[in-house]
Amino acid sequence: MTTTIFANARLVDPEAADVAEGHLIVVDGRIAGISDKMPDITSGADVIDCAGYHLAPGIVDIGVKVSEPGERHKESFSSAGRAAAAGGVTTIVTRPDTLPAIDTPEVLEFVARRATEDCAVNVLPIAALTKGREGREMTEIGFLRDAGAVAFSDCDNVITDTKIASRAFTYARSLDALVICHVQEPGLSGGAAVTSGKFASLKGLPGVSPMAERMALDRDIALIEMTGVRYHADQITTARALPALERAKRNGLDITAGVSIHHLTLNELDVAEYRTFFKLKPPLRAEEDRQAVVDAVATGLIDIISSMHTPQDEESKRLPFEEAASGAVALETLLPAALRLYHNGGVELTTLFRAMTLNPARRLGLDCGSLREGAPADLVLFDPNAPFVLDRATLKSKSRNTPFDGARMQGKVIGTWRAGKRIYDGRTDA
Amino acid sequence: MSFRQTHLLGIEPLQTTEITTLLDLADRYADDNRRGRTQRNELAGLTMINMFFENSTRTQASFEIAGRRMGADVMSMAMQASSIRKGETLIDTAMTLNAMRPDILVVRHPHSGAVDLLAQKVNCAVLNAGDGRHEHPTQALLDALTIRRAKGRLHRLSIAICGDIAHSRVARSNIMLLGKMENRIRLIAPPTLMPSGVQDLGCEVFDDMERGLQDVDVVMMLRLQKERMDGGFIPSEREYYHRYGLDAQKLAFAKEDAIVMHPGPMNRGVEIDGTIADDINRSVIQTQVEMGVAVRMAALDLLARNLRAARGAAALEANGGVMA
Repeated sequence: MTTTIFANARLVDPEAADVAEGHLIVVDGRIAGISDKMPDITSGADVIDCAGYHLAPGIVDIGVKVSEPGERHKESFSSAGRAAAAGGVTTIVTRPDTLPAIDTPEVLEFVARRATEDCAVNVLPIAALTKGREGREMTEIGFLRDAGAVAFSDCDNVITDTKIASRAFTYARSLDALVICHVQEPGLSGGAAVTSGKFASLKGLPGVSPMAERMALDRDIALIEMTGVRYHADQITTARALPALERAKRNGLDITAGVSIHHLTLNELDVAEYRTFFKLKPPLRAEEDRQAVVDAVATGLIDIISSMHTPQDEESKRLPFEEAASGAVALETLLPAALRLYHNGGVELTTLFRAMTLNPARRLGLDCGSLREGAPADLVLFDPNAPFVLDRATLKSKSRNTPFDGARMQGKVIGTWRAGKRIYDGRTDA
Repeated sequence: MSFRQTHLLGIEPLQTTEITTLLDLADRYADDNRRGRTQRNELAGLTMINMFFENSTRTQASFEIAGRRMGADVMSMAMQASSIRKGETLIDTAMTLNAMRPDILVVRHPHSGAVDLLAQKVNCAVLNAGDGRHEHPTQALLDALTIRRAKGRLHRLSIAICGDIAHSRVARSNIMLLGKMENRIRLIAPPTLMPSGVQDLGCEVFDDMERGLQDVDVVMMLRLQKERMDGGFIPSEREYYHRYGLDAQKLAFAKEDAIVMHPGPMNRGVEIDGTIADDINRSVIQTQVEMGVAVRMAALDLLARNLRAARGAAALEANGGVMA
């Protein structure tokens, strides 16, 4: 029996919605309890002095793209694991939009094997909902679930054929599988590079109306009502989609919603002079939308904050804006970017952590994401106030397409533990 | 001299004094051109390359003539037929050309922002000859010079821009320029061809020609860019002509001395009636083409002066502050 005591910590407990000073006791990789008083140090117990810094459950990040198989030069399980650990993320829930797509148990087994061999953090794969993410035939949802898929998603491909979507949802429902969907009406959003409006017009870029998100969400809500599927909208980024989401929840549908950290902290104007690192899917929104979505996180209407970590190499970004690839890396910047919302007074610290730990864990039926007794000791120790200027050259991701290069941020990870074992030490990391 | 730009990428970054400087110089060149004084040497010894990633006959010819008249060595590359087809990226093409040490690059590209991107990667002056739906600065400048010569001023005019505004870089550059010069801008288009949020740019928006053209001094027609259409923006050409084509009846709502402009090439019978386009009392379309050469000569001249000044300063610095 090995015992570790995280002493003198400010414990961020997303369940208690409280930040309190205390000591956390870990036995054999699991949390054994919290104590106000320093426990008597039994022989052999390790003591980690947290020196008054914040100790929280490790982040559970739904929707991380690791570019294996197919594009290992962009991100491997090894590099993604290092990046996650450095960012305080202890569980990555990986996307199936790889080459090829993760749509058969065989590919999923490859991914699982690579993840166990090479990745410092917990890896839980999402499998494709339709073969090749093409929206034509459903995947072997049962086999994939048995092989370890925790959810099913075609990622940013929207199933346009409603009949196929309804069958896939119905089948998934029978297995109690969670379906994750991207909500963009594809007819409207096709070819768009930014959100329509003054900025798009000024820059001469093709834009998509924010209404495209509402439309797709409305359709999916009707399908949830029809099929009873467990459903998660990957990113809700516009004010106009929020009332629909609220209504669906009020009506008792099994729906949750996420948002990417970038849509909470950046807006369309950040694209400025065609900066392709700010090209995302869905595109960055107007400031009013950003504020509405931050409020929705604060009230809990939006359940989950994700990094939507999407590695892209320089070649796919150094192109004219319309031609450039979408997506940004964010495993290492998720926490400090989220802390912007806390420092600005918009969102409570425990609310932020609930959206990054407890809520995603619960949605996936995991026992992590909390400081409860018996939960795995996946932990992050951080200083929420430490200021720094992000230099993208220091990122551990193989791809460094972050929109925060040169940005002033606040909040540094001091250490990360997975099942009680340290996987990152911020004090020795240059 | 108040023109500080290293590149001419758009109207947006220009100060009004820079616009005026350029127009004043172009005005002189226009007069010189009319007098047949077309051989100059301001750009002697400089190499200018036209890189057109999108088809163009008129603009490319105009730049070539302007460059030659200023004494530059001019070369035009048809980029559509070349390495781009072989999969080379824009940046690689730019780096390759840059290694040949040109002095001025004139670039047209089908994607918005592509010319800005290219300008970041080369160390010569870059002139935007149109990027996607973004900007076409020399077109707006030649329009401004045409208006100034016809109306005697470039401020406090009421100017209507009509047609396919959504897909038009000419419209964007003109909105910028005419707005900076404090004119009243009215945009007239079917709602499907009107970009969203333009009323926030200080324009009045109309979907009806008769109301939109009320008492304007200048009527700027735009080409209906058929090749840009994804399809289905308007029901048919004939309905478009009926509702938005400029004919005598609609023009009657403008001021009696209103001038009619078109950036060309025209679709007669689609956006403009042939007799109006040819009416020498109203149409200044040929003058626009003429002013195009003068404005491009002035733009090349000013950019070349700044280029030589920057290189002189760099050489001086390399020489330890001593004149070579």
